[in-house]
Amino acid sequence: MSNRMINLLVPAIAVILGLLVGAIVMLVSGYDPVAGYIALWQGIFGDSYAIGETIRQITPYILAGLAVAFAFRTGLFNIGVEGQLIVGWFAAVYVGAAFDLPKVIHLPLSILAGAAAGALWAFLPGLLKAKMKIHEVIVTIMMNYIALHVVNALIKTWSGGGDKTDRILESASLRSEFLSSLTDYSRLHYGILVALLMVVVMWFILEKTTTGFELKAVGFNEHASEYAGMKIGKNIILSMVISGAFAGLAGAMEGLGTFGNMYTRGGFTGIGFDGIAVALLGANTPLGVIFGAVLFGSLKYGALNMPNAAQIPEEVVQIVIALVIFFVACGYAIRLFLTKISKKKEAK
Amino acid sequence: MAKRKFGLALSVLLAAGTLLGACGSDNGEEAQNEGNNSGGGESASEFSVAMVTDVGGVDDKSFNQAAWKGIQEFGEDNGLEKGDGGFDYLQSAGEEDYIPNLNALARRDFNLVFGVGFMMQDALDEIASQQKDTQFAIIDAVVEQPNTVSLLFKEHEGSFLAGVAAALTTESKKVGFVGGMENEVIHRFESGFVQGVEAVDPSIEIDIQYTGAFDKAELGKTTANRMYSSGVDVIFHAAGGTGNGVFSEAKERKSNDPDANVWVIGVDSDQYDEGAVGDTNVTLTSMLKRVDVAVKDISEKAKNGEFPGGEVITYGIADEGVALADSRGNIPEDVVAQIEEYQEKIASGEIEVKEYPEGKEPK
Repeated sequence: MSNRMINLLVPAIAVILGLLVGAIVMLVSGYDPVAGYIALWQGIFGDSYAIGETIRQITPYILAGLAVAFAFRTGLFNIGVEGQLIVGWFAAVYVGAAFDLPKVIHLPLSILAGAAAGALWAFLPGLLKAKMKIHEVIVTIMMNYIALHVVNALIKTWSGGGDKTDRILESASLRSEFLSSLTDYSRLHYGILVALLMVVVMWFILEKTTTGFELKAVGFNEHASEYAGMKIGKNIILSMVISGAFAGLAGAMEGLGTFGNMYTRGGFTGIGFDGIAVALLGANTPLGVIFGAVLFGSLKYGALNMPNAAQIPEEVVQIVIALVIFFVACGYAIRLFLTKISKKKEAK
Repeated sequence: MAKRKFGLALSVLLAAGTLLGACGSDNGEEAQNEGNNSGGGESASEFSVAMVTDVGGVDDKSFNQAAWKGIQEFGEDNGLEKGDGGFDYLQSAGEEDYIPNLNALARRDFNLVFGVGFMMQDALDEIASQQKDTQFAIIDAVVEQPNTVSLLFKEHEGSFLAGVAAALTTESKKVGFVGGMENEVIHRFESGFVQGVEAVDPSIEIDIQYTGAFDKAELGKTTANRMYSSGVDVIFHAAGGTGNGVFSEAKERKSNDPDANVWVIGVDSDQYDEGAVGDTNVTLTSMLKRVDVAVKDISEKAKNGEFPGGEVITYGIADEGVALADSRGNIPEDVVAQIEEYQEKIASGEIEVKEYPEGKEPK
C-alpha cells in the first residue's frame, strides 16, 4: 500500500469507525441509527439553508483553529483563544455600533478592531512569557475568565444595566441580502471569505517570510535559534499577537456576521476550546485547519437536526458526535495498523 | 496534478452530497406522510404546537420544563401525539442554536411555536419576520411582530408573597436572595421579594447575591453555604439550575442536623420534591410562575383562531399567572392566612408592587 493511499484511507476509516460505534450507541439506547445519520446528513447538506448555516458555523472554527495552530507552530500553547475571541467579538460590535461611517471604511475597521482586541489580549501572556518565563497556558486560561467577566461588565455599562449591546449598523455588517437569498434566509455571511483569506495569510507568513521562518525555528528549538542570533522574546510576543488576532477575528465574525450584537454570557462560547481540537486534527497546518473546522462545524450544526428529524435525544447525539471526533483524532493508531498490514503483505 | 485530483475529489464529494441529499429528503417526506396517516384522527393535522428551550434545557426543573408541561397538557387535551403535526420541542445547546431551532420548527409546519426565555428575543424577532405564516409566542420578552404574542409575568407580585412568607418564617431576622444572571426579569424577583420582606418587618436583613449564571449549581451551593453560615435561615432563589445548588446545601445541613433551621423558597415550578430530606423537607414553598398556564392559554386561543398576534400579555396574581405553591404544612395556617391577605390586596390593586429595585430600573 502506497503512502498516498494510506493518507487518504486514514481519515475515511476514522470517520467510518466513529459512525459505526456511534450507530451501536444509538442502537443500544433504542434509537434508529439509519434515521439518525440521515438526519445528520440532512442537517449538514439537506438544503441550501442547511448548507448556508453549516458554512456559517465553520467560519469561526477555521479562525479559532488558525489561532491555536499558529501559536503551536512556534512552540506556544494558546489556550486563551476563547478569551481573545470574546474581546474581539465585543470590540468589533462596539466599533460596528458606535460609529457611523461609509461601509468601505466601517466594515474593515470593525473587523480590524476585533483582530486588534484579540491581539492585545494575547500580547500580555506573550510578554509575560518572553520577559519572565511565566507559562502561557496558565496566563491564557486566566485571561479567558478575565475576558468573560470584563466584557459582561462592559456590556452592562454600555447598555445601561441591560444584557445585550446595541445592534451593529448595516454598514458594519458582514451579512448580505445576496447570500441569505441564495441560501433561503440562512445567516451565511461573508466571514467565510475572511476566514479563507486568513488561511492564505497564515500559510504565507509561515512559509514565505523570514519572520515566519524565525517563528518556526523558535518553535523547533529555542536554544538553537538563539544561538543562530534570533531574538526569542520578540518572536514569542509576535507569535502570540498574530495568534490572538486570528482569535479576535473569529469573535468579529460572530459579532458582525452571525449575531449582529453581543449578549452577556454565563459561560464560554466553546469555540476557542474546540479550536484546539480543530488545530490538532489539522496537524497545525493551514489546510489541515480547514479540514478540522469543516468536520467540527458540520457535525456541530448537523447534530441539531438529529433531535429534530429523528427524535434522538441531544445527549445521545453529543456522544455520537464525540465518538466521530474521537476516532478522527485516533488517526495515528489507524495509520500504524495500516502500515503493519501493508508491511506483512510485502513480506509475503 | 495534485490540485486537479483535489478538485476532482471535491466535485465528486459535492455531487454525492447532492444525490444523497436528494434521496434523503424523499425518505424524510415519506416518513412524514406515514406519520400523518398513522396519526389517524383529523385532530392530528388540525393544530400543532412546539417550543424551543433556551440553554437551560427541557428538564431544568424551572420555566422550560413548565412550558413543556403546558404544551404536553394541551396535547393530551386535544388528542395530539408527540412529533410532526402534534407537539414537540427542540433544545438549544448555545445561543447560536436559537435561530436554526426556531426555523426548523417553523419549517416542520407547526402552527404555533414558543420561544422560551428572554435570551431568544432577537432570534425570534428575526424568524418571525421571515416565517410570516407561523404564529410565534415569546416568554419573558417583547417581540413586536404581527404574528408574535409576547408573554410577560409579574414576577414581582409573586416574589412579594415569597418575601412575606420568608419574613414570617425567619427566626434569625436574616433572609437571603440568590439570583442568576442580572437582568430585568431577575430584578423583578429581587424587587418583589425585598418589598414583601419589608412590608412585614423592615428591620429584617436581606442578603442579595447574584451568581451570574443559571446553570452553575456549584456556585449556588457556595453562595448558599456563605449565607446560611452568616445566619440567614430562609433563601429565595431565582437562579434556575444554579438554584439546585441552594437546595443541595440546605439539604446537607438538614441531614447533618435535623434541627437546623434552613429553608429554601423555590422558583418557577413547584420545587417541593427538590427539598426532600428523609421525612422532612427544606422547601418552604415555591414562587410559581405559571408558564404552563400561559402556554396552554395561548395554545387554546390560537387553536380557536383567536391568536392575539402583536399583543403583549402580562400574567400577574389576578390572572393566576404567579402564585405561591402549596407548602404542605411547612408554613403554619396563621401565616398562610396572612399571606392570603397580602395576595388579595395585590390582586385588588390595594398594594402596588414596584417592578424594579431602586437604581436597577431598565433605561
